[in-house]
Amino acid sequence: MTSSDWQPSASLSALQQRAELYRGIRDFFYHRQVSEVDVPSLSRAAVSDPHIDSISAQVSGETLFLQTSPEFFMKRLLAAGSGDIYSLNKAFRNGEAGRRHNPEFTMLEWYRLGWDDQQLMDEVAELVGACVALPSVERLSYRDIFQRELSLDPHTATVAELKQIAQQHSDIHWDDDDRDVWLDVLMTHAIEPRMGNGLVLVYDFPASQAALARTAIDSTGQVVARRFEAYVGGVELANGYWELCDGAEQAQRLQDDLVKRQAMNLPCYPTDQHLVSALHAGMPDCAGVAVGVDRLLMLVTGCSDIRELLAFPFERV
Amino acid sequence: MGTYSTNEFRSGMKVMLDGEPCAILDNEFVKPGKGQAFNRVKLRNLNSGRVWERTFKSGESLEAADVMDHDMEYLYTDGEFWHFMEPNTFEQHQADSKAVGDNAKWLKEQDKVVVTLYNGAPLAVTPPNHVDLEIVDTDPGVKGDTANGGTKPATLSTGAVVKVPLFLSIGDVVRVDTRTGEYQGRSKES
Repeated sequence: MTSSDWQPSASLSALQQRAELYRGIRDFFYHRQVSEVDVPSLSRAAVSDPHIDSISAQVSGETLFLQTSPEFFMKRLLAAGSGDIYSLNKAFRNGEAGRRHNPEFTMLEWYRLGWDDQQLMDEVAELVGACVALPSVERLSYRDIFQRELSLDPHTATVAELKQIAQQHSDIHWDDDDRDVWLDVLMTHAIEPRMGNGLVLVYDFPASQAALARTAIDSTGQVVARRFEAYVGGVELANGYWELCDGAEQAQRLQDDLVKRQAMNLPCYPTDQHLVSALHAGMPDCAGVAVGVDRLLMLVTGCSDIRELLAFPFERV
Repeated sequence: MGTYSTNEFRSGMKVMLDGEPCAILDNEFVKPGKGQAFNRVKLRNLNSGRVWERTFKSGESLEAADVMDHDMEYLYTDGEFWHFMEPNTFEQHQADSKAVGDNAKWLKEQDKVVVTLYNGAPLAVTPPNHVDLEIVDTDPGVKGDTANGGTKPATLSTGAVVKVPLFLSIGDVVRVDTRTGEYQGRSKES
């Protein structure tokens, strides 16, 4: 710690650009009749995803969890009849820090009733295009981008094949029999660096990476997740779903995550039963997406380190 | 020595990798929003100087390496070893040509250098960024000769050969940047 550490790490002009970006985002949704909602950061339930770690907090003798996204609260609002909504607020993820990560960051999340993932991808392109000039917008399936860059079908390749190609793109001295781990290595080490500077929308993820998206059968008969990701310059900006609305399946996925967490020796926290109840009560058919606003601001400002855009990064709080 | 986890990796940290002492140059956290977190780590093998880039799963750890930088005074060379002394304890260390490497040509007796010790033995020697050395041999400057950008080779007291301006001659003391091997100017000491 040095004596200048009380100061913000962002320049004053970066702080102003952030303020303008927020205003632009709120204008964008105001003109589209999507209403802002403000949901809690603390919940009695934690995210179940084994790859996301919640931060816990002691509140009046109880253990609560800072939310890793506003998703569960927003879905409860949707089930209660809120209509199209967005949230622009902080999300918290333990252990994530680096040039593109901070343990607390700003997330924009919105839901569109009656839309599917393909329609929502159009709106993501419009939002990003309203913030920054895009040289191109590309849209292709997860299979297409793996075939184009690596001549590989990610849905049918064996774990051994995925591992062998992953090792050509990175020096790795550990093993794993989970195919999704190797797909993640290939996406982050081989495909993202070649994406170029335009907006790239990748859809139809492997069903094993569905998270909270519904699954469907694609034109080749393959079961896929109706989930998409948006990238600019190889940096992941957004993750969206044609949302799973089936309460029984939602309950099963939460349970499956807990089993995975146990197998990985990860803590098992309470899952969100309010979410399951809301889905059982009837969540309207909708698509939803979350955008990393700090990453969007990196794009707007041409900054390659998130810490230059945070008033006070993790090291100085 | 203990271990460091990927989230503790910092530039400059010394760790053991495949039995070799390494310095961490860069640690990048890479994580798909919905997937496995990785750390892409650049390391310099302190024995070979080679730079590695290796991908770890976040949360993996490496053993710390017993590697420490020490400020020492360069004493002399006997032809086979270079001898250094810790100014506070007067403890002496001898480094072989592998540890000294190309930096031998910048070592002037009584200069302060950094000696990197690995398990107590010299692993590398880093000269000061700038050294002042006397020209012991060079051609007389020819007026108007600018074919080589107005420079000529000069041999310095340590054996290093650097390009210097034409007007300098034997006996002049010049300041050289040891990182680039480039002439910086005439020494203020001359």
